[in-house]
Amino acid sequence: MPNTFLTRTPSNVIFLIVLAVFALGVTVLAEGSGIGFISTSFVKTLGKTLCLALVAVAMDLVWGYTGILSLGHFAFFGLGGYMIGMWLMYARTHGIVVTSMAEAPIPPTESEIVDAIGNQIFGVVGSSEFPLVWAFSDSFAIQLILVVAVPGLLALVFGWLAFRSRVTGVYLSILTQAMTLALALYLFQNDSGLRGNNGLSGLQNLPGLDHVPQAQISIWFFWASAVALALGYLFAAWLVSGKFGSVMRGIRDNEARVRFLGYSVEGYKLFVFTATAMIAGVAGALYYPQAGIINPAEIAPIASIYLAVWVAIGGRGRLYGAAIGAVFVSLVSSWFTGGQAPDLNLGFYTLKWVDWWLIVLGFSFVLVTLFAPKGIGGLVDLWTYRKSPDRHGADLGPDAGALREQEASQ
Amino acid sequence: MSRLLEVSGVSVSFDGFKAINNLSFAIGDAEMRAIIGPNGAGKTTFMDIVTGKTRPDEGRVTWGERNISLLGMSEARIAREGVGRKFQKPTVFEDQTVKENLLMALQANRSPFAVMFYRASAQDLTRVDELAEEIGLSDALSRKSGELSHGQKQWLEIGMLLAQEPRLLLVDEPAAGMTPAEREHTTEILVEAAKTRAVVVVEHDMEFVRRLNCRVTVLHEGSVLAEGSLDHVTANQQVIDVYLGR
Repeated sequence: MPNTFLTRTPSNVIFLIVLAVFALGVTVLAEGSGIGFISTSFVKTLGKTLCLALVAVAMDLVWGYTGILSLGHFAFFGLGGYMIGMWLMYARTHGIVVTSMAEAPIPPTESEIVDAIGNQIFGVVGSSEFPLVWAFSDSFAIQLILVVAVPGLLALVFGWLAFRSRVTGVYLSILTQAMTLALALYLFQNDSGLRGNNGLSGLQNLPGLDHVPQAQISIWFFWASAVALALGYLFAAWLVSGKFGSVMRGIRDNEARVRFLGYSVEGYKLFVFTATAMIAGVAGALYYPQAGIINPAEIAPIASIYLAVWVAIGGRGRLYGAAIGAVFVSLVSSWFTGGQAPDLNLGFYTLKWVDWWLIVLGFSFVLVTLFAPKGIGGLVDLWTYRKSPDRHGADLGPDAGALREQEASQ
Repeated sequence: MSRLLEVSGVSVSFDGFKAINNLSFAIGDAEMRAIIGPNGAGKTTFMDIVTGKTRPDEGRVTWGERNISLLGMSEARIAREGVGRKFQKPTVFEDQTVKENLLMALQANRSPFAVMFYRASAQDLTRVDELAEEIGLSDALSRKSGELSHGQKQWLEIGMLLAQEPRLLLVDEPAAGMTPAEREHTTEILVEAAKTRAVVVVEHDMEFVRRLNCRVTVLHEGSVLAEGSLDHVTANQQVIDVYLGR
């Protein structure tokens, strides 16, 4: 058997097989392509969940492997969604406007059409002018490039400033929170050019494909999400399998030591931060057409914190753990908050899960962090008998590097 | 013998305390040097300055044939110039195998893109095997380094240092916590290394220094108190007063 990065870690092969079986199973059971056991809206939920798994894999690279607790990766996810949403909205409105104007006695000029599109899209925020950021919204190809370019550029600039000044640990987490909050607040403004708190809507309708039922489109997006997750997972697995992965884990455990080996820690952090922001952008661009709507609330600070919770519960530092965590927690979340979970009657008080779910999630996060730091993925270790080296004593934290209590006192 | 590293007139103070005071020091291409001195004499700060961790307030640090200045370079850049450092406490990457540790240290292009596409060549693997042999860890290559004993970790770190192929090795208390047999082996490794490169050893243990059989620099309150053979400096009255006599 060839000794490639795939075969060296059986978990990669197992993950991809499970993903393929899952995707085929859903296709067979779905309304649009199979026997109709799974409704279209649930196919969309599953497709969205795969996108969340993809962004969780990216988060695992940046947090689980490199040790940068970024609490801002949902900003990149949202930006990816906005970039594809601009084209979807423009192109679809274009179609509608052209059809309605075709009945007018005098054929409309190109500029009249553009004005009418502007009116349609920006009427809701009391404007009809196209803002500068929509300059390329008529070009599918350019907006596709922007899906990775805009999050990538933001991450590059932000990361360069932060890593260059050697901001680490909690301070970096707070900075990333500030970044996503600032972006959300900016986008909430009507004059930000992206329709303020209305966001972009109607994204589930693909331009020129009005005759295709949503049941069919949902399967397309489901498959696109599954393929994106598989490719993202492969990339991540390949990246961490080699020396780059060694350096990433080295930076997580003791970045000063990595520096004295001659590696530019800042460069590596910037690389990982930017690359994962791009992956998050792709995940967002696949997520929001399935959700149908994107607004600035999507990139509120809490969204990025959820992302960290998924990865922590799934088990950071292992790629399948992050994916499992995102799938498990987000599906359970939507079950509890969707009103499907039956209320729990305690006699004196009725526990409504919609209200109580967040508290349950918060407690499980604390419990996992305290008692099962390996998360759900740790269950796999019980089965494969993988053990961490017994290093005696407690972690001393980032300042004392990879040392443990007892070693340091030796 | 040409000069590899020259530190001249360097001073640094932390909150008014002069840790290094007008220190001058030079070492040649293939030379072994021991630095001794009481606690707080500035031994570790000296290493911090050379490796770029601490910026001195004044003075010059020049390096190599072209006398380039190391001041203002990042730690990583200085390491790539050929300065390797071993810390007092063994700092290896515990979560990774001995082989991964050595491969990471192995002399190669350090840029992210080059590292991303790096796959160990047969030559690299041979070199790793040689190093493992030298530090007595041949059987432990696939073990996680966190499982190693204290002494083995010290050696692994020395092995990583050698893998970097530095022109100057700065070694902080290499024999700390080692058994006499392990110390002897460590001495051999260092003496061997000093045949082809400069080695600076900071050490408390006089017996260990004697076995290194090299020039000794005595630091006291941030500057050089005496320099010469071990017998020469131990006969120096000032050295006896501040260091040996206590």
